[in-house]
Amino acid sequence: MDNEAAFDKFKSCAVEVLQVPAEKITLEAKFTDDLEADSLEVVELVMALEEAFDITVEESELDGVDTIGQAFDLVTSKIG
Amino acid sequence: MGERRAPLGIVSSTETTAEAPSTLTAPAATGRVAFVTGGSRGIGLACARRLQADGYRVAVTWRTERPSPLSGPTGTQPLTAVACNVTDSADLDRAFDEIEAALGPVEVLVCAAGITDDALLLRMTDERWDRVIDTNLTAAFRACKRASARMVRRRYGRIVLISSVVALLGSAGQTNYAASKAGLIGFARSLARELAGRNVTCNVVTPGIVTTDMIAALSPERLDALTSSVPVGRAAAPEEVAAAVAFLVSDDAAYITGAVLPVDGGLGMGH
Repeated sequence: MDNEAAFDKFKSCAVEVLQVPAEKITLEAKFTDDLEADSLEVVELVMALEEAFDITVEESELDGVDTIGQAFDLVTSKIG
Repeated sequence: MGERRAPLGIVSSTETTAEAPSTLTAPAATGRVAFVTGGSRGIGLACARRLQADGYRVAVTWRTERPSPLSGPTGTQPLTAVACNVTDSADLDRAFDEIEAALGPVEVLVCAAGITDDALLLRMTDERWDRVIDTNLTAAFRACKRASARMVRRRYGRIVLISSVVALLGSAGQTNYAASKAGLIGFARSLARELAGRNVTCNVVTPGIVTTDMIAALSPERLDALTSSVPVGRAAAPEEVAAAVAFLVSDDAAYITGAVLPVDGGLGMGH
């Protein structure tokens, strides 16, 4: 899967779970400050991404993941 | 209530966007998948039979004795019995996999698996303590964690944990049992706060003295002494506890979460 297709897929998960317009899903967007996501919504997003991309994300890998870009990097590192 | 967006790691439970669940979108009561841990005997089996009679598709774990018969009243689905050691994470995971493959995602979870291993504290070994905490409390943590993921995604879940009157009353010789059962209350209320915004409720039932194998070993004199302290003057039938569970997982209880419902004949009044 190329990067653009992966980001589109990532974005549609984020829109569905976080209930925000697609334009707000930018690489720099912060989950709490920009997207107003609480910690449960971030957990839900991770679960949705695990399903959509058929990957597993360990709890420890989420430390320091505060932005969409960081989350996307985490996903792409697992899909190769 | 104001909106409060908390930093990562702390879940806010005061979202103003929470709405009453629509009966058009909640899964139909008939055919909901219910999983009862410890559902092969005692209170667990009574809960499984009651939910089965109420039209749920029910799965139960069993360890020493497979429940029989699996079939229920005409028009109901047979029980799905899964051999499982709830204290083994991998085994519990496998049980959930089997149930999800056979019936679909678990929508109702009843944690009824429980044991006693009594001793005065001065004589209580680490092994006795660990065993009871593991089966009664840690297994509930594992089962709830596994079930919650799907419940949160589907925006529907009903969790009931079977605690005990001794959780708040105390019972000499049962520091391990009482601690494990009291632990379920703090756990349930915390989980209730985490998941309330996702239409997942988590409640606790505290049975008193119930006619099951757990008290069958008591001498008639001991049993008499115990029941004489119960205002209602008798032990409960397991079906009476199951009735409370059936209520808490029903549509009528959608607004009830973090509750501790005693089914104890008045034994634990005031706690």
